[in-house]
Amino acid sequence: MKQFKPSEEVDFLVIGAGAAGGIMAKELSSAGFSVVVLEQGPYLREKDFEHDEIKFTRLDAMTNNMKRQPQTLRKSGAEPAKLQGQKFLQYGRQVGGGSVHFTANYWRLWESDFQQKSRHGSVAGATLADWPITYADLEPYYTKGEEELGVSGLAGANPFESWRSKPYPLPPLPVKSSGVIFERATKQLGLHPFPAPMAILSEPYRGRGACLHCGFCETFGCEVRAKSSTLATVIPMAEKTGRCEIRPDSCTRKIEVDTNGRVTGAVYFDANRREVFQKAKALILCANGSETPRLLLMSKSSRFPQGLANSNGLVGKNLMVDAGYEAFGLFEHPLNEFKSVQTTRAIHDFYEPDPKHGYYGGGGIDARFDFYPASFALSGLPKDAPRWGAEWKAMVARNFTRTLTLLAHATCLPQEKNSITLDPDVKDAWGLPATRVTFDFHPDDRSNMKFLLERQIEILEAAKAQKIWTDTADLALLPHNHLMGTCRMGNDPKTSVVDRYHRAHDVPNLFMVDGSSLVTACCQPTCTIQALAYRAADHIAGEARKAAI
Amino acid sequence: MPDELISRRQWFALVPMSAAVLAAQQHAHDIMRAAKPAALTVLSSEEAQEIEAITSQIIPTDDSPGAREAGVIHFIDRALATFDSDKRALYTEGMKQTEATRLELFPNSKSIAALQPAEQIRLLEAIDKTEFFDLLRTHTILGFFGNPSYGGNRDLVGWKLIGFEDRFQFSPPFGYYDAEPRQ
Ligand SMILES: Cc1cc2nc3c(=O)[nH]c(=O)nc-3n(C[C@H](O)[C@H](O)[C@H](O)COP(=O)(O)OP(=O)(O)OC[C@H]3O[C@@H](n4cnc5c(N)ncnc54)[C@H](O)[C@@H]3O)c2cc1C
Ligand code: SF4
Repeated sequence: MKQFKPSEEVDFLVIGAGAAGGIMAKELSSAGFSVVVLEQGPYLREKDFEHDEIKFTRLDAMTNNMKRQPQTLRKSGAEPAKLQGQKFLQYGRQVGGGSVHFTANYWRLWESDFQQKSRHGSVAGATLADWPITYADLEPYYTKGEEELGVSGLAGANPFESWRSKPYPLPPLPVKSSGVIFERATKQLGLHPFPAPMAILSEPYRGRGACLHCGFCETFGCEVRAKSSTLATVIPMAEKTGRCEIRPDSCTRKIEVDTNGRVTGAVYFDANRREVFQKAKALILCANGSETPRLLLMSKSSRFPQGLANSNGLVGKNLMVDAGYEAFGLFEHPLNEFKSVQTTRAIHDFYEPDPKHGYYGGGGIDARFDFYPASFALSGLPKDAPRWGAEWKAMVARNFTRTLTLLAHATCLPQEKNSITLDPDVKDAWGLPATRVTFDFHPDDRSNMKFLLERQIEILEAAKAQKIWTDTADLALLPHNHLMGTCRMGNDPKTSVVDRYHRAHDVPNLFMVDGSSLVTACCQPTCTIQALAYRAADHIAGEARKAAI
Repeated sequence: MPDELISRRQWFALVPMSAAVLAAQQHAHDIMRAAKPAALTVLSSEEAQEIEAITSQIIPTDDSPGAREAGVIHFIDRALATFDSDKRALYTEGMKQTEATRLELFPNSKSIAALQPAEQIRLLEAIDKTEFFDLLRTHTILGFFGNPSYGGNRDLVGWKLIGFEDRFQFSPPFGYYDAEPRQ
């Protein structure tokens, strides 16, 4: 792999080698530019992806860790933020970012998603807005992502999906028992189940093997490169160009600017905690919906006293996360859901917000199983079951292979008061201000989740589950994996942080390309984040060629 | 095609991966499974006996192995020596409280381990809303159902109990309902 000296001014410095960062690295290096990617986490390889529930789900071998990177949380700005035992915002922290351990649900947005404000009007207390781009603008890049990364699905099977210029490059993965049960029950209810589109190979593709259905998928890395992470796909392509260096264990702490307000590079801690300054002509920030705003807020200077790209004070605001309750069903015969990928069937019948409901909100529902042996024994039994002892043991023994989950993937309204700021007191392991999260769901979000939960229960009833139960714990206090909206894109510099091509309104050679750009919540954001990255890279490369950055 | 019929050779054909990587992965897997529990490092043998008596009521031995046979106590010892070393004080304090509760319930008793099973269950019922019990329950479950490399789940008793298998590959049909003829 090509290595650059920090003193060498590279064309692009990318921060974060995740779902979007990997694509930026590949596209820009393939277009002939020199690229350094700073990734705070390690460079793990397939051999490191053991089947070890404790290591990967409890010891954070691949995710941010609360001891190293604490977070404080409060529901509103009026309350003191409290240090949390469990994290609120979770993300992948290694080369490949969240794309390595994600469940790989790969849903495009609908055409209507880009015009929610025009279609539904304003929602009190929320900052619902239209996107500055349309589905048609993004469609070629959805297609490019699906083809280059490898996505399995069945075009047209979801009658609600928007038009597409090409079918999925790979057929759907084999249906699991949860999928069969879900498909029968939803059809009986007049709904429209379809094979879940997954960024996982159902067949060998472009030199990678098909999924072997090992089952250690969500929250694990794929040992055989069948999951279409950026680690398995575009990052090796970037390295092969000979113009891209992926630099792991490099925790960026500040983006530097000159007196003209242009970015000159970034300071990071290397593996030995030495501070290094990497010089660059332009910077692409791909550190995700949580770390991108934090880094901008930490990059204060006399020219940008409120933090970089933050003249309107919107950096970190409009935080949106995944929403949706779980409903569980117990069945007579073994489903053996511990095998293969998490989910194989979904519905979009309740996706588009329905004005008749009297609130704003919609979402999809899928059938899945995201337990592993220990997590199931800890919390997989019905609420009224014993928690220990002989009867508990017998229930765990019987239920593990017979339980499935219906999970809703619901909208989350953008609100300015939901934000990421710097904690004034708590510091992380590098001595940097901890992330302070202020978050609560909009009342409409809660009504919507409740509506969807009722549909989930109906489906389980139609499926004749032997037992049905739900989990309605307050999601404003639990961990979230979809981190969106904190540097939203828009045409108006007063109401957005980046423009329609992800360029910071305030800084000409700074681009934010990741979950932070999203204007409205995506039920499964990664497909759109990656399509946006392909689109942004196309444009940025063009601008660089014209010397217009 | 039953899973067993996919030979390693076929697997090579399916997965473009070097033989060395495969061998290394298999080796790591085998080591993990063969791991022998080490001697206790943090807990004294008296403490270990008392804690084990509780874990053996959380996951009792009946017609299948329980926490004791799984070596859960070795998992706990190791957790307290490594990734949960900051929980040691909670254990010391929790056990002190639990012994006190034992003496309240059974004034003439000598130890938790020496109580009759029914008495042990009564003791657990008296403490099962405490923070310490939650931690001990979590550790017992992690030790019983986690990877054997952490000292517990000996002979994979936890996984056998629930019908879980740790493999690199499965093939469809995976369960009863996807094996049924499709209507
Ligand atoms: C368990 C789980 C399941 C998920 N399942 C799905 C799913 O099924 N479908 C879906 O669409 N999404 C899913 N997601 C979400 C998905 O992972 C994210 O949407 C996606 O990875 C976000 O992409 P990104 O490019 O914005 O950021 P990321 O992929 O998070 O990449 C950001 C990278 O930047 C690095 N970084 C951050 N700060 C710094 C710094 N200061 N210096 C250097 N590097 C830094 C991070 O370590 C990380 O590698 C899941 C997430 C989790 C955790
Ligand atoms: S289930 Fe398939 S894609 Fe997921 S980790 Fe296992 S082999 Fe890889």
